[in-house]
Amino acid sequence: MIYFLCFGLILVGLYGVLVRRNTVKIIISLLVIEYGIHLLLVLQGYRRGGVPPIVEPGTDQQTWIGQSVDPLPQALVLTSIVIGLGVLALLVSLSIRLFERYGTMDISKMRRLKG
Amino acid sequence: MNNLIPLLVVIPMGVAFAIPLAVRMNPRLGELLSILTALTLLVISLFLPSQEIIYHIGNWPTPDGIDLRVDGLSKLMLLIISGLALVVGIYSVGFIRQFTGHYRYYTLLMLMVTGMNGVVLSGDLFNLYIFVEIATIASYALVAFGGEHEDLEASFKYAVLGGLSSSVILIGIALVYGMTGTLNLTHLASRLDGHVLTPTLQFALALLFCGFGLKSALVPFHTWLPDAYPAAPAPISAILSGITSKAIGLYVLVRLLFNVFGITDDLLLLLRWSGGITMVVGALLALGQWNIKRLFAYSSVSQVGLIVLAFGFGTTAGIVGAIFHLVNHAVFKPLLFLNSGAIEIAAGTRDLRKMHGLRSTIPVTATTHMVGSLSIAGIPPFNGFWSKLIIVVAAVNAGFMGWASLVVLMSIVTLAYQLKVQTAAFFGSNTRSPEVTPSIATGSRSNAEPLFMAVPMIILAIGCGALSLLTLTGLDEPFFVASAAEVLMKGVFTW
Amino acid sequence: MSGQKPTEGMSLIVKTTCGWLKGFILLYGIHIILYGHLTPGGGFAGGVIAASAFLLILLAEGQRAGLKTFSKKAALTWRSVGALIFLAVAGLGLVVTGTFFENFWTGHASGNFTHFGGSIQASEIGIGLLVCSSLYLVAMVLFGCAFGFESER
Repeated sequence: MIYFLCFGLILVGLYGVLVRRNTVKIIISLLVIEYGIHLLLVLQGYRRGGVPPIVEPGTDQQTWIGQSVDPLPQALVLTSIVIGLGVLALLVSLSIRLFERYGTMDISKMRRLKG
Repeated sequence: MNNLIPLLVVIPMGVAFAIPLAVRMNPRLGELLSILTALTLLVISLFLPSQEIIYHIGNWPTPDGIDLRVDGLSKLMLLIISGLALVVGIYSVGFIRQFTGHYRYYTLLMLMVTGMNGVVLSGDLFNLYIFVEIATIASYALVAFGGEHEDLEASFKYAVLGGLSSSVILIGIALVYGMTGTLNLTHLASRLDGHVLTPTLQFALALLFCGFGLKSALVPFHTWLPDAYPAAPAPISAILSGITSKAIGLYVLVRLLFNVFGITDDLLLLLRWSGGITMVVGALLALGQWNIKRLFAYSSVSQVGLIVLAFGFGTTAGIVGAIFHLVNHAVFKPLLFLNSGAIEIAAGTRDLRKMHGLRSTIPVTATTHMVGSLSIAGIPPFNGFWSKLIIVVAAVNAGFMGWASLVVLMSIVTLAYQLKVQTAAFFGSNTRSPEVTPSIATGSRSNAEPLFMAVPMIILAIGCGALSLLTLTGLDEPFFVASAAEVLMKGVFTW
Repeated sequence: MSGQKPTEGMSLIVKTTCGWLKGFILLYGIHIILYGHLTPGGGFAGGVIAASAFLLILLAEGQRAGLKTFSKKAALTWRSVGALIFLAVAGLGLVVTGTFFENFWTGHASGNFTHFGGSIQASEIGIGLLVCSSLYLVAMVLFGCAFGFESER
């Protein structure tokens, strides 16, 4: 069920990217897509009632493997957030510069390129 | 020798961060450091052995740790990347002076090389994604480097579409991880081997295909490319079209399809059709362009289509032809883009209708451009002919007569649009319309093609001729290329 | 944007509170960086917290004071130094043991956790420096007080 909600979030973002004309709203839509994916990734490793994936002295390996949540997707999400931050910073500075040049945030008015 | 493998990623990354410090001592250190780095990388990748090696970072065994893997195909890609980075680095010394903030340019160039080397070496899906992102973020910034209206607009378009494709790739990776529980390519291949893909995995594969298809500009997803390449500075267009879109798009696509998921008849059909459509659409759109760099950009789309089509034949000869054409494309297309930079400086415009008779102004460029044009159109002595010949023969042997004739037809279209550039830019009299090209009269030769720009163009032009020597070992198995094709033909990785 | 004067900061209340908090936030960030080998967190999380201390100065006390505390040039330097520390630790593994990124310098060879984390701690410090100064630079560019493309032309 929650998986469908993730895809719902991703599709909402996709709609935003495709329909919105404002650069800032496009960037926000891209972020929404990204958060949807992060949710999806974290859900892959989630286990209801799981324990933290830390081995302490005296932990029984077999029951630990049966109970712990998967730490890898969390590491992946952390990395992916950092990448998202990089892309976000770049896109925001690009849109600031575009605003300086064109005096508008509307991408349908930035039409120097065609063909 | 194996210990050199991680250095291929570490050296450019370290240099990228060292350049901002080094330029405080001497502003020219940025150029010097990046050229030396590219040279070092070229030497290291030449000395890599051709057989398959898996390098465990930090001595962690395969499914637990991060792997780097080298085989014939990655070695070939590494050679192209570092060779092209070297040529582009030398060219940039002459070209980038017209811009400011040089060290930033070289830092970004080195980051892009880091990303591409990482993609080619990476042994697991998620690190591959990270390196793809490093390379693309650097390329967004490089496309916007000029800072003009068009540059920023193209970069924004590229970044939004690139961000979407990265998201699609990440969904694909998440689904693959959820279904198989591993991301290591070797491990993944062994878990998928012999199983019919479940619907979720098919969906993931489709997402990965679309994502990497966008990065390599297959036709429904090609719209960013003709904006991004002309907007970038000429050396960056050269490296973007020559290798970046191949390393982070096509290479990964082919690797995943042939070596991880396992190629099937349906996938081959998909490759053939998407490649064929890309080839035709790219060539026809190139024919109608008057902006010289935009024409070359569409020509890149068309050539990528040809490569994908040849991969889609699925026979050894087809794959050899595809990889050989990829190598050749990494030589003649950068040459054309570097020439376009010199033409732009000499003519003061990118519009083919406004330039005439540049041959007397920039003779070196005119000659190398002739070589590049003949090579891309597939005229016999040059390398483009041999790879197209292999592809056509492979198509005929595999029974795809229609595709074979289409490849020949598109070669003729390619020749047509290259001749259009030749006649418009280089032939004709210099004095026909002096009023629209003021800088021809004033621009002396030393201005438009200084030594640093002329040498790389000459190197690449010689490369166009020299690469046909690779076929001396036989048309079925060109040197270097055969071992790369063998990797793909061996099927999925075994563990 | 680039023509704007540097901002002079917010009201006295904000400035005073910021003055009390900034040291503790920075200290907390450094603590998380240094104990990255023992506790959750580490270079990235600690670097973000340390960067937020500098951002607080930049926002609350104005860009002039912020740039005086941590200038753009210093941030550029520390970013490169941090990255090079990280790569040096990774490369030293190659030199010392023959494997890239080998954990060659273990701080707790006897099995007891100590304050000293060896190569992991060294690389966390590198990452912390890198993240802290990079985030600060990103924020500075977005605030418009140091437009990268424009200011160095």
